Amino acid sequence: MYSKTVMDHFRKPRNVGTIENPDGVGEVGNPLCGDMMTIHLKIEDDRIDDIKFQTFGCGAAIAVSSMLTELAKGKTLDEARKITNKDVANALEGLPKNKLHCSNLGADALQLAIKNYEERKSGVAAAEPVRQEKHEHREGEKCYCPYCDSQLPEGDAVCPSCHLNVIQDHRR
Amino acid sequence: MTENIINLDHMSANPLLPEVQEAMIHAIRADYGNPSSQHKLGDKAAEALDKARDSVSRLLNSPSPKDVVFTSGGTESVNLAVKGAAWARSDKGKHIVTSNIEHNAVLRSLRRLKMMDYNVSSVPVDGYGRVNPEDVAKAIKKDTVLVTIMHSNNEIGTIQPIEEIARITQEKSVIFHTDAVDSVGLVPVDVQKLGVDLLSFASNTFYGPTGAGGLFVRRGTKIWPLLDGGVQEHNKRAGAENLIGIIGMATAADIAVRDMSSRIAHTKKLKAKLLEELPRYVDEYIVNGHPEESLPNLVSVSLKYIEGESVVLMLDDENFAVSTRSACAAGALQASHVLLSIGRDFADAQGTLVITFGVDNTEADVTRFLTALKDVVTTLRDISPLYGKKTAHG
Repeated sequence: MYSKTVMDHFRKPRNVGTIENPDGVGEVGNPLCGDMMTIHLKIEDDRIDDIKFQTFGCGAAIAVSSMLTELAKGKTLDEARKITNKDVANALEGLPKNKLHCSNLGADALQLAIKNYEERKSGVAAAEPVRQEKHEHREGEKCYCPYCDSQLPEGDAVCPSCHLNVIQDHRR
Repeated sequence: MTENIINLDHMSANPLLPEVQEAMIHAIRADYGNPSSQHKLGDKAAEALDKARDSVSRLLNSPSPKDVVFTSGGTESVNLAVKGAAWARSDKGKHIVTSNIEHNAVLRSLRRLKMMDYNVSSVPVDGYGRVNPEDVAKAIKKDTVLVTIMHSNNEIGTIQPIEEIARITQEKSVIFHTDAVDSVGLVPVDVQKLGVDLLSFASNTFYGPTGAGGLFVRRGTKIWPLLDGGVQEHNKRAGAENLIGIIGMATAADIAVRDMSSRIAHTKKLKAKLLEELPRYVDEYIVNGHPEESLPNLVSVSLKYIEGESVVLMLDDENFAVSTRSACAAGALQASHVLLSIGRDFADAQGTLVITFGVDNTEADVTRFLTALKDVVTTLRDISPLYGKKTAHG
């Protein structure tokens, strides 16, 4: 099911952990979906000097996190801002369609961490990371039904092909 | 290659017993004709089919072999029971009662019926996954035509009070179907004692071939067939019979009758050993299901702070085959409805492992598994932000 690269990053994840006194923190997902990821950044001269991740999630989620940190480490903030979920999925030699949802965590968490760093620098936000709860797509990203692989129209709770519920109501 | 793998997922990866393999190979070589033919080429086939029906009927203690309908497996049996019974009774009413923890075959059959204007009431379960028969009684209305409640649950192993529920449905003259796909062949299932009208079962649960199963239909219970065509299976399931598969199932059924007690004793011992020794290897977990009324070979454990598919993959690397109920592994975006129904929170539901023992497992397998599990859990908790948060706050 998973490519060799995915399995490699899953078995030997790079940059696991946290940074003491991080310059930026980003957190996405939540245990409700079964995926949650935290990114810690150390910024030096507008460059990502160090980056660490922690992930609660499946094989794909852990591999995505690991690859994401590898792509981002050492990059300038400008370069890092350009990293997309698609870049991560491609670097992993692709993911099964129903796992693309997992891959959405990676770059999102990085962008939130960068944003958090900028806000701290300008004294705007508190040091708390921004937690993203809703299932949101970035521009141009597609979502697929995990049961029948059909492409899902934005915001639909029920797959139009197989009529199964695809969005969990997270409110309890 | 597969000999080195310790199979702790017998529910999905059920191996065939040697005797079953032999019987099926013999059936292939015998080149049976069609049981429905009027000539000698069909005689031996008809004889073999009858003999197989006798065997399966014995396993269920069915009043007559004629009450057993052969299907292509558990899913078809469930579809036939639920849809067949509902459609046959649509003039009486369109209300169905079920439980919150049914298998997808029941749930999606009911969803299909809802598209045809049937309505469904679903009764809750307690923390162990048990249905309260009183809730079923309260849910039954004048226009209720079917109650469908599973005999045992494939995710947590809990066995339901089927006899009590059957007393209620008989009193209220409502057809009662039980999905016993994960029970028949593993625990005693006596259709007369249970008092049900319809009962689904599957060959691959009891070391028979996948692709064969059946439905017990109590004499007088009307069901519309799913498959129309010939008049096979007493006009309840058209199509030339999968004789090779059915013969395999029948052989497995005979062995199940013969070995039932020893199988239960064996797997119960392994289950008890695992649960007793688990705390020495892993902490922060929840055991799911009823402590007594449950399948003797099934253990469901929710491991906190980590996700199921990653556990399964790492254990696979160590040559252990286990199963998980995490959303990602199930290919869904939703946590298991069964685990949520018994009160697990979403995160814990995602970290749930299901271990199902078989006759080929040993006590040494249990110890080796626990040793491997300890390392896997430690590794994944080190990666998890949830464990990190927990330790930070004490």
